[in-house]
Amino acid sequence: MFVQQLMNGLILGSTYALIALGYTMVYGIIELINFAHGEIYMFGAFVGLILVTVLKVPFFLAFLLAMAASALLGITIEYLAYRPLRRSSRLAALISAIGASIFLSNLALLIMGSTPYNFPTPFEAKVYETPFFIISRVEILVLLSSLLLMIALTLIVQKTKIGKAMRAVAQDKDTASLMGININKIVTITFAIGSALGGAAGVMVGIYFRTVTPTMGLMPGLKGFVAAVVGGIGNIPGAMLGGILLGIAEVLGAAYISSQYRDAVAFALLILVLLLKPSGLLGKPVQEKV
Amino acid sequence: MSRHSILTATGVSHSFGGLVALEDIDFKIYQQEIVGLIGPNGAGKTTLFNLFTGHYKPTEGEIYFNNQRINGLKPYQITPKGIARTFQNIRLFKQMSVLDNVLIGQHCRTRTGLVGAVLRTPRTKKEEARAREHAMEMLSFVNLEEKKDEKASNLSYGEQRRLEIARALATDPLLLLLDEPAAGMNPHETIELIKLVRQIRDQMKITILLIEHDMKMVMGISERVAVLNYGKMIAEGTPQEVQNNEEVIRAYLGETA
Amino acid sequence: MISPYYLQLIILVGINTIMALSLNLIIGYTGQLSIGHAAFMSLGAYCSALLTLHFNLPFIVSLLGGALFAAFFGILIGIPTLKLKGDYLAIATLGFGEIVRIVCLNLEITGGAVGLRGIPKKTTLLWVVLAVLITAFILNRIIKSRIGRALIAIREDETAADAMGINSTYYKILCFGVGAFFAGLGGGLFAHYMRFLHPKSFDFMKSIEQLCMVVLGGLGNMWGSFVGATILTVVPEMLRSVADLRLLIYGAVLILMMRVRPQGILGESPANGGFKNNSYSQWIQTRLKKSLRKRSGSDKT
Repeated sequence: MFVQQLMNGLILGSTYALIALGYTMVYGIIELINFAHGEIYMFGAFVGLILVTVLKVPFFLAFLLAMAASALLGITIEYLAYRPLRRSSRLAALISAIGASIFLSNLALLIMGSTPYNFPTPFEAKVYETPFFIISRVEILVLLSSLLLMIALTLIVQKTKIGKAMRAVAQDKDTASLMGININKIVTITFAIGSALGGAAGVMVGIYFRTVTPTMGLMPGLKGFVAAVVGGIGNIPGAMLGGILLGIAEVLGAAYISSQYRDAVAFALLILVLLLKPSGLLGKPVQEKV
Repeated sequence: MSRHSILTATGVSHSFGGLVALEDIDFKIYQQEIVGLIGPNGAGKTTLFNLFTGHYKPTEGEIYFNNQRINGLKPYQITPKGIARTFQNIRLFKQMSVLDNVLIGQHCRTRTGLVGAVLRTPRTKKEEARAREHAMEMLSFVNLEEKKDEKASNLSYGEQRRLEIARALATDPLLLLLDEPAAGMNPHETIELIKLVRQIRDQMKITILLIEHDMKMVMGISERVAVLNYGKMIAEGTPQEVQNNEEVIRAYLGETA
Repeated sequence: MISPYYLQLIILVGINTIMALSLNLIIGYTGQLSIGHAAFMSLGAYCSALLTLHFNLPFIVSLLGGALFAAFFGILIGIPTLKLKGDYLAIATLGFGEIVRIVCLNLEITGGAVGLRGIPKKTTLLWVVLAVLITAFILNRIIKSRIGRALIAIREDETAADAMGINSTYYKILCFGVGAFFAGLGGGLFAHYMRFLHPKSFDFMKSIEQLCMVVLGGLGNMWGSFVGATILTVVPEMLRSVADLRLLIYGAVLILMMRVRPQGILGESPANGGFKNNSYSQWIQTRLKKSLRKRSGSDKT
């Protein structure tokens, strides 16, 4: 039973981790809490849904197209709502992000209506039994694709030239630009990758919970953000760890404490981590300059 | 003048996560003297200031002020005991008026609480009037009384430096720490500053410790000079003695070479 | 006489003004970004409503009880979290707000998911006007006092404020307590006007709405809070005929507003009061200076 719960937590947590990565990458580069990220996740789910049900696109192609569309949306949001505010206060950028979030979820509500949509399972529901837990095909798919995406991201950030530039910009924008790195391009790429991961999480949660709604972005968005902070915001492995921990804590909390307080577990964990280690589990503490 | 020490540091060390910034510093400041603290960049001068004012906690060693142990206390606990400071990179309350900046200095000498503030009791009014009067005195002392309603950020650079001094003086200190007060000033302003520092000591009987890179100023104003290099106190004495100290010469030449 | 429709609008403007004023003390004057203000409103609302329902206390006592209850939580949550800075504080207040909402959703005494019904209607226009005036008066007195100066000093430069002998943690907690008190008062008035409470009325969006009122009106400006609260209460009402588009427009307006006039309608400085030091360009400048200094090997520690 316990192993089963752990497994469920891991699956849920891997989707949180994907969402958290988007928050953490953006924060690492421009120190902005991208409040619209939850809506990008919702958007990804809808694009996937429409492609699969209306246009009858094969699932895996739909999955990739949804990621691409989400990346495009992320770039657009950055261009319209954040880039013009680079020179104004961080609060202004935060409010703008909130504005973008409200705008997008209501646009979706206007177009798609408030009734939840059913996401068809891409393949027959088969369940595998092991001595310790049972796992469905969909769950394996969610787990494997999150794992693959996280490995891909790590490779991009660690091994490629773009990744190197991203790390350089996150560490020191000025020196990076002196070294001839195009900051705007890196910010755009960061938003694209982060949003693509968010969109992927949207599709996966769509097939996992089988429902898609215009307001589905709010809670997972907040939780993905919590996961990013728990792991240490701006820290990529931290976001993965934070997401998985959060998923496990939530499932275990619901199972052994109270299912009604399921959503509160995430926020309690958040406050606990902030109090004990404000920079997050893998974040480095910063000494304040006097 | 009595040779009674006002601040005593013994065996003080400070490190930032393994990086030693200050090592085994023994240092005394006597009442009503003007002491200069010099040293090449990165020697640990500002770090020593931050230890005296409580912005940092010493990793090792003891700091006594007026015979009270102050290491480990927070800045807001140390300031009322009589240590005031200015900052190397000017930290005024930019959106506040010049007068309000100085009034903040009087914060630790006033008592008005929530109830007094809301009811504006006679006591509050009296205290506020007294604080204002005191703040105006400090402003005229640094020659800024005409700018009292100006926003702090609108002052010129030299004026901002003087305002920071007035704000520090408003805390009624016994010891004033000045962190590069002449930085960015023209020669004329520097001469005025030297006069001002002497006045603070002579008229207000305040002890002064200053960090300064302008050698002419340090040597001209200080009665005693202490030299830091790589976190160690390498020399201490009259300006004359320090100027002729071989290790000091090496430290400075080594830097410029 | 005023038609019931306009009466309701005026009362809601009044309650929102109290919310915006109290949040402005925290964000605009003290510079602490809180995005969980609705939680304090809900604590005040539920507490005062329960005091009225179970003990049948006079309205004024219920209101004060609710406000004090909220203030108590403001201080309680403030003690550990106010050590956090900037975004981290915002996140912690968000977490707190969500926890309060979820707890209210599950407790029996608050009516759980069904909501709390049958609260007697005691809030009148007179009560609201009086409450707004008293809130504005008290907050104004605080801001124009030694305490207010300390709060603004913390906003401007916390390190320098510490060096001036200001116990910044104490004052931040004080400001949180006072802010929560008036938020609780607003909640009590709300409860006894709506006669029905549901945790949904105090969700994250509500906190954001209140934040927007403060920012729209102008940070660190009391009249701004009134203007912001009025606009964000009246305009959505006017848009009721296009109900579906209401929030869509709301979101777009926020984005546009930040581009055109980020300091808010009555805000003074072009760079948003206390958040000036956080502006992106200044941040770049300090980073640049820092990296240059690093190269010359100075001790700006």
